[in-house]
Amino acid sequence: MTEAVLALEHVSKFFGTVIALRDVSIAAKAGEVLCLLGDNGAGKSTLIKTLSGVHKPSEGKILIDGTPVILDSPRDALDRGIATVFQDLATVPLMSIARNFFMGREPTTGKGPFRRLDWDYMCETTRKEMKDLGIDVRDPTQAVGTLSGGERQCLAIARAVHFGARVLILDEPTSALGVHQASVVLRIIVRARARGLAVIFITHNVHHAYPVADEFTILNRGRSIGTFHKSDVSRDAVLEMMAGGKELVDLEAELKAASAA
Amino acid sequence: MNHQDVPATPAVPIESSTSAAMLARRDERVRKVSRWRQLMVRPEMGAIAGTILVFIFFLIVAGDSGMFSAKGMVNFLEVSAQLGILAAIAALLMIGGEFDLSVGSMIAFSSMVIAIPSIVWGWPLWACILLAFALSALVGFINGLIVVRTGLPSFIVTLAGLFVLRGLTLALTRGITNRTQVSGINELVATDPIGHFFSGVVFENFFQWMGKMGWIATRPDGLPLAQGMPVSVLWWIGLTAFATWILLRTRFGNWIFATGGDPVAARNVGVPVARVKILLFMAMAMTGTLFAAIQVLDSGSADTLRGTQKEFEAIIAVVVGGTLLTGGYGSAVGASFGALIFGTVQMGIFYTGVDTDWFKVFLGIMVLVAVLFNNYVRKRVTGSR
Repeated sequence: MTEAVLALEHVSKFFGTVIALRDVSIAAKAGEVLCLLGDNGAGKSTLIKTLSGVHKPSEGKILIDGTPVILDSPRDALDRGIATVFQDLATVPLMSIARNFFMGREPTTGKGPFRRLDWDYMCETTRKEMKDLGIDVRDPTQAVGTLSGGERQCLAIARAVHFGARVLILDEPTSALGVHQASVVLRIIVRARARGLAVIFITHNVHHAYPVADEFTILNRGRSIGTFHKSDVSRDAVLEMMAGGKELVDLEAELKAASAA
Repeated sequence: MNHQDVPATPAVPIESSTSAAMLARRDERVRKVSRWRQLMVRPEMGAIAGTILVFIFFLIVAGDSGMFSAKGMVNFLEVSAQLGILAAIAALLMIGGEFDLSVGSMIAFSSMVIAIPSIVWGWPLWACILLAFALSALVGFINGLIVVRTGLPSFIVTLAGLFVLRGLTLALTRGITNRTQVSGINELVATDPIGHFFSGVVFENFFQWMGKMGWIATRPDGLPLAQGMPVSVLWWIGLTAFATWILLRTRFGNWIFATGGDPVAARNVGVPVARVKILLFMAMAMTGTLFAAIQVLDSGSADTLRGTQKEFEAIIAVVVGGTLLTGGYGSAVGASFGALIFGTVQMGIFYTGVDTDWFKVFLGIMVLVAVLFNNYVRKRVTGSR
C-alpha cells in the first residue's frame, strides 16, 4: 500500500454555527485519481479550500507524505507542491498563452537593469508542455480568450505540472464544458496520473468521474459517506449514494407510473 | 462567448502529432492573418491612426499659420510632453486595473512643497524637489494601501484624495504666505545642481545650426526663434520607453497585466497583487511631482490651481491610447500618442482661430469614439467578435 501524498484526517470545519465539514478523511496517492463526489452543499468547496490553504481546518489534521502540516496560504500550499485549478479562475483571458503559463513565475534573462523576460524560452516551453499533454498550441502569443474552455483548463493543468506539482486539485474542471471538451480534459487528467501525480478531481458528474477515477469519496451534507475503490462499486451505485441520486431514480419511477396510468 | 471560429481541440491522436516533423512544419490551423490585420489589433493602433488624421487635418487647415514652424511644433510638443509624462505612468496604473483621480491635486501640492520652502524659508531648491518626491511617494502609498486593504474602487478613494490634497494645498499656502501664488523660483534654477533636469531646453546647438542653415526661422540677432527642445519632451520619450519596457519585457510588467486582467486568478498563481497596485499608485503620485517640478521650474512660479483637471486629461490620453478602463490590456506607447493628439489639437485649434471652447467638445467626442473602438478591439483580441 502506497503512502498518501496528501491526506486529511478527521477534518471538520465550522463557520460559526454552521458545520461545513464533519470528520472527513481522505487520502490522495501518487499515480491515482481520487474523485470527490457530492451534490451542491455537500461540502466540496470547503474541502477544496481546506486542501489548497485558503481555510484552516477547525479540527483534524492535514498530512503531506504522512507528516502533519499547516497550510498558511494558497502560496504556501503551492510551494509544497499542491496546485489547485479553480474553475474560471485559473487564467487571464486578455493575456497571451505564454504570459499566462508563466504568470507569477516568469523566467528572466540578463543582468541588473537589463533583466528581462526570457521570451523565447517562455514560448517554447509553453508549446512543449501543452503538447506533452496533448494540446497543440497554435501560437503561444495569442490571447487565452481565443481558447476554448477545455483548452483553458488544460493550460492551467499543464502549468501546474510544469512547476512541479505533486498533487493536482481540480475544481469542477468539466462542469462548464460540452461533451467533447470534457473528454479532452479527462484525457489530460489521465495523462497527469500517468506522470505520477496524485489527482483530486472534484465533480458532481458521475459520468465524468467514473471513467478516470481509481477511488471515490462521496460527500453528503458535510460528511463523508465512504471511500470506495472502483472495482468495488458500480456507476449506478455511486450515483445512488450521492444526494439527489435517489431522487432521480424516484422521479424516473414516478414518471413511468404516470405514463402507465 | 462565441467560439465558432476556434478550431476544434485535437481529437487527433496525440502520439502522432508530437513528431518532430509536425513541430517543424507550420501549424495548418493557424489562419494566415495579414500583417495589416495583425497590426490592427495592437492596442496603440487607434491612437497612431488618430494622430496621422489630426496632423493631416491641421496641415490642410492650418498649414501656413505657423503651427508647423519650428516654434509652433516645439509649442505643441511641449503641451503634449507634459501630459504624456503623466499618461505613460497612468497607462501602467490603468492596465493594473486602477486609476488615480488625485494626481491633478498632487501636482498642486508638490508645486507648493517645492516653492514654499525654497522661496519663503530659503531651503535649497534640490532639497525641496527631493522632499516633494518623497511626500508624493507617501501619498501614493496611502492611496494604494487603502485601495488594496478595503477593496473599495480607486475611483472613490482617489476622489477623496483629489479634494483633500487640493484643499490642503490651498489652506497651507494661504496660511503661510497669505496668497495662492508663490513666484521667484527662476533665480534659483540657474545655480541649482538638479534644476536643469526639469527646466530649459536641450539641443540648442542643433537648433542654432538649423537656424544658420536657414531651415528654421531666426530672430534679427541670428538666434533661432525656437531655441531648443524643451527638456520635458525628453522626459516624455524616456518615460514612455521605460513604461513600455516594463510592460512588455519584465516580470513586473507581466504582473501588471495579470493584476488588471483578473486579480483573483493572478493571486491564485502567486502574483503579489497588492504590492503591484501599491507600487503603481506610488509611481503615479511621483509622476505628478515630476510634472510639478517641470512646470514650476520652467514658469518660475507655483499656483494652488496647478494641475486642475490633469487627472481627467491623463485618463483621456490613456483611453485614446487604447487602454481598457477595466484594466488588463493597453499600451504606454498608445497613451503617448493619445497625449500627442491632445496637445496637437489644443494648440491647433488656437492656430486655426476657432473659438477654443470647441476643444472640449472635440475632447468629449474623441473619448467616446476611442472607448467604442477599444471595445471592438478587445473583442477582436479575444477572438469573440
